[in-house]
Amino acid sequence: MAPVVVTVPTQAKRGEVIEIKTLAAHVMENGFRRTQMGELIARDIITQVVCTYNGVEVFRAELHPAMAANPFVAFTTVATESGTLEFKWTGDNGYSASHSAAITVT
Amino acid sequence: MTTRRQFLFLTGGALATTPVLAQLDPNIAQKRKAALEEAIRKVTGGAPLRQGRVKLDVAPLVDNGNTVPLSVTVQSPMTAADHVKAIHILTEKNPQPHVLTAHLGPRAGRATLSARCRMADTGNVIAIAQMSDGSFWSEAVSVIVTLSACLEDGLI
Amino acid sequence: MKFVLLLAAAASALVQAGEIPLAERRSGYEFMSRDTRAMQDDDTTSPALFSLMEGEALFKSNCQTCHADIKGVAARYPAVKQGKLVNLEQQINTCRTERQKAAPLAYESRELLALTTYVARQSRGLPIDIKLEDANRKYIDAGRATFNRRQGQLNLACAQCHDDNWGKQLAGTPIPQAHPTGYPLYRLEWQSVGSLQRRLRNCMIGVRSEPYAYGSQEFVELELYLMWRARGMKLETPAVRP
Repeated sequence: MAPVVVTVPTQAKRGEVIEIKTLAAHVMENGFRRTQMGELIARDIITQVVCTYNGVEVFRAELHPAMAANPFVAFTTVATESGTLEFKWTGDNGYSASHSAAITVT
Repeated sequence: MTTRRQFLFLTGGALATTPVLAQLDPNIAQKRKAALEEAIRKVTGGAPLRQGRVKLDVAPLVDNGNTVPLSVTVQSPMTAADHVKAIHILTEKNPQPHVLTAHLGPRAGRATLSARCRMADTGNVIAIAQMSDGSFWSEAVSVIVTLSACLEDGLI
Repeated sequence: MKFVLLLAAAASALVQAGEIPLAERRSGYEFMSRDTRAMQDDDTTSPALFSLMEGEALFKSNCQTCHADIKGVAARYPAVKQGKLVNLEQQINTCRTERQKAAPLAYESRELLALTTYVARQSRGLPIDIKLEDANRKYIDAGRATFNRRQGQLNLACAQCHDDNWGKQLAGTPIPQAHPTGYPLYRLEWQSVGSLQRRLRNCMIGVRSEPYAYGSQEFVELELYLMWRARGMKLETPAVRP
């Protein structure tokens, strides 16, 4: 399983805007670099990260080669109800990673 | 350890390949500029980019172009009627102009986004906010890059 | 004989004249931008996090039973063990080959970097604790000689930039004092975690000198000298640097 780290509060008040920080381990080979012999190193990047909240998509980002290695993406979402935040990363060469975080909203 | 002769052969060989010739293209600045304008046109569909409402926070001189932390904040109530649909981040001098496109909506609560990107050369980073009413707002920040990303091989 | 001793003392005092006084020692952290510092400061979003996590898993399954508490260990390396100067990587490999009958881990391999990152992290915040002793004196002297020796096509000694010109700009980047307070660290240029020896190789290539091999005696002596030169400064592993 590809390592990922998500920082998200486990508890929040209804209506509160919570911060979510995501980090995924990935080399993000941009496809513009060359080996010492001059050969192009093929692109290999994470292309998308999606966050769903109790099954509803609340955030989606498309990543391009200009994202740094070990891509960091941080965003916010409104704490609407208790439940689960699911995070999914997809990318080149069949890359996929996921993470689940439970949240209690009072 | 490559000998001097091997090193010269390698660089000669590398220079001969087409994409490297592309790097030596005297029109490369114009081509990158055209690529950026085309990318912006695809985002806006031709609608004008308005100044304001978007705050792009990025250092004016970065330690290393390989990891440039930045954040974008857009003034918006983020209600169903009036919100930021998407934030697009692009650069002027990278081999291709796109960096990140984030799709938001009223459930975001705030129109804010942080990321770490790569910059190959000194130039502008542009953040475009796509609003629910069809308008586009942007801010561009000029960033000095002394240590480039993308174009230098990881020889060390 | 007394004359020779006096001369030797004067010579070593002269050499130390170029060294940075304790009160003026500053970590590379202070020469970085606010944004890069923020990456190091936030444990939950540091790009070195994955190496640390992997190191923790490796340590817990391979080393924990014997080494329950390793706080302070990394602050004392390189050290002389059984008459030999070893750095942290070599000590870990000695444990593996001699005690665990396992294969040694290669330099800059993901596993070795992860383990050294985790081990050194346990000493974060502690002062670097290398003392000049009879056992290590000759190695510190050898490391100092390397640090002060001109080398490469550019004919530069480490001291010329890092003792004499720290703080000044070199191609738009401030020259740090070159204290190894945060190794292994995530270097933005590498887009990955790397060891002090990898960084030293970069420097040597930078002055167009043939770099020493990983694990060479010259490198371990230089590591020892650099750690001794940074004595008293707090360890920051895993640091983030440009």
